[in-house]
Amino acid sequence: MSLEPVNEVALPKRDASHTPRRVLVLGATSGIAEATTRIWAREGANLFLVGRNAQRVASVAADLKTRGAAYVDTAVADLDDVDGHPELLARAITSLGGLDVAYVAVGILGEQPTAEQDVNHALHILHTNLTVPVSLLTWLANFCVKQGRGTLAVLSSVAGDRGRKSNYVYGSSKAGLSAFLAGLRNRIDREGVTVLTIKPGPVKTGMTVNMKGSEKFADPNKVAEQIVSAVEKRKDVLYTPSIWALIMLVIRAIPERVFKGLNL
Amino acid sequence: MGTMQESPVLQHRGAPADEPPTRPHGDVDDQLIGEVPFRSWGRYPLYPAKLVSLNWQDDFPRVIQQNAGMPGGALAVGMGRSYGDSCLLKDGNLMVATGMNRLLSFDAASGLLTAEAGLTLAQLLDFAVPHGWFLPVSPGTKYVTLGGAVANDIHGKNHHLAGTFGSHVRRFTLVRSDGTQMECSPTENSDWYAATIGGLGLTGVITNISLQLKPIVSRFIDYEGIQFHGVDEFLALTEQYQHVEYTVSWVDVTSTGKNFARGIFMLGDHSKIPDKLTRSKDPKLVFPLDAPGAMLNSMTVAAFNTAFFHKQIKPRVRALQDYEPFFYPLDKVLHWNRMYGKSGLLQFQYAIPWESAREGTIAILNEVAKSGLASFLAVLKAFGDVPSPGMMSFPQPGITLALDFPIKPEKSFALFDRLAAMTLDYGGKLYPAKDARMTPAQFQKSYPEWQRFARYKDPLLSSSFWERVTQ
Repeated sequence: MSLEPVNEVALPKRDASHTPRRVLVLGATSGIAEATTRIWAREGANLFLVGRNAQRVASVAADLKTRGAAYVDTAVADLDDVDGHPELLARAITSLGGLDVAYVAVGILGEQPTAEQDVNHALHILHTNLTVPVSLLTWLANFCVKQGRGTLAVLSSVAGDRGRKSNYVYGSSKAGLSAFLAGLRNRIDREGVTVLTIKPGPVKTGMTVNMKGSEKFADPNKVAEQIVSAVEKRKDVLYTPSIWALIMLVIRAIPERVFKGLNL
Repeated sequence: MGTMQESPVLQHRGAPADEPPTRPHGDVDDQLIGEVPFRSWGRYPLYPAKLVSLNWQDDFPRVIQQNAGMPGGALAVGMGRSYGDSCLLKDGNLMVATGMNRLLSFDAASGLLTAEAGLTLAQLLDFAVPHGWFLPVSPGTKYVTLGGAVANDIHGKNHHLAGTFGSHVRRFTLVRSDGTQMECSPTENSDWYAATIGGLGLTGVITNISLQLKPIVSRFIDYEGIQFHGVDEFLALTEQYQHVEYTVSWVDVTSTGKNFARGIFMLGDHSKIPDKLTRSKDPKLVFPLDAPGAMLNSMTVAAFNTAFFHKQIKPRVRALQDYEPFFYPLDKVLHWNRMYGKSGLLQFQYAIPWESAREGTIAILNEVAKSGLASFLAVLKAFGDVPSPGMMSFPQPGITLALDFPIKPEKSFALFDRLAAMTLDYGGKLYPAKDARMTPAQFQKSYPEWQRFARYKDPLLSSSFWERVTQ
């Protein structure tokens, strides 16, 4: 079973803009997803938004429509239910009249201390952050291969580059996701399908301007601009803000026997 | 509670001033931001509080639940541009609403915009100006939220014609801590509408606001600056130019003798010549660190004031000016409040009714000049007689004067208390959004509606200002 390509609806011609025309956003109420989608909306994209909370999805949709999206449709769904994926994706692609970009922003932070004691919480983080995107991306990748084009932009995290005691359950889910994306890219790049792995550093949470160390936190709007540009340029991997490529290079290079004793 | 330490001196060089919608990646319902001091713009007083984010219109009841009913009370806050303690709640919960900043609808034909209450005026202008629409009332900074603008019923350079911000709010949604949700407008729940406009965030959480914008054809302001000497010349100019959209005066409060109360009367209106309607650029200047206290002694301020006065060489100057420097001259320098050093600054703003406005203004300006305490940026303006829609609104017909001082305890507090007492003697009142010092007696005398207003206060919500003035 697979998603069948649709008869593409022709969209009005535009100048030589590289803005994606039809974007499916999975996890549309995520902070980074919303900041990114606002930029595409301003440029007149057609959007299909999926999120869990009906009222929140509706307010995000209203915002994007107001900002200039040519078309906005929504579905309220709990993506943890992987059995519902094929039907949901088919509906979204039909609604958009085709697919240029699928933006996968599902994920939870979870609580590391809880996950250390409660196996169910650990497995829940792995399910939402790894199993769910693997399911979505398998359907979407095969669809894109069939149509011979498309971009899969996926939010992973720098936390997946090396396990640390402060967030290794979240980190392991992202490590699995990053590895999955690398392999997927290796398989379908030759079919004309782009896979973008997005690895943001910690993103600024409200008003951290008062907190020590907050200068290391990323501003979601800056992150969003870099994501938009990476999609446009068909990049493979994006560390954002860019400094994180360097930070993680250093962190990955630390020998394990030293690393295990550190407090990072 | 959290530490009261200052954050590192060098921070966020070039960071956006306009805090972005901030929330963690992922579907986290309620992210505790941390126990850090949320600072008001004057950075005095400093109180510890727990910070929680309000990112969605349905967050308020949920956040109460997740924080076990919020012991210590709660208050929704935006950008923290109020100067004193009206945006603080000692040992309580501050619900930071800047992530709740979605545009919900916009009618490009009528200019009616509906948006969530955490949207800043900067974000609103970024969206509206390219469509040819502008704020009906604009304060001296664009880094405030819509919710804050309503809660303080703010005013601008066109108060004499347009009234307060609240006069242009067609409707808003108010959520109470018991979960009740109310649509408020001049005709629906009109008593709640009146209590919430200028209600200092105490009647409930405002989640979305419908604001009537006004049309413009260009970013430019047709500007004119006129030098004046003394309060009577200021009053004559006010009279002469009462039909011009925007008027405000800068006044030198450091000079005495023949230069007493000299200043520049500034007037302007949106240019009628169609021109560019682009988005603004981000500011590049950041005041990087807390200035040493010595930077702002009375000599530097006097020098600054003299320079400012003579920057305009001719008695009259006319020019086309971009709206940014016209409305928001200080927004160009992010964190300009750091000029005042670590101890922070105090603002003092009164409104004195016409019958004693001339006399009171001369007396208070004299008192300030005599004190020798530095003050940049004294702003003088006539309030008009468009009635404020809010029960507790500050503006009233007469004159308003706003000053700021670096905090030098003893000295500046004593001056303040003298000025506050003089204001009350002249039948005037002080502006809660800029206050950290007025006494309960002064508040209760100058805001006689306060007891009626108190009936609309949400039992869970409070602020350090409210607790201070209603003792």
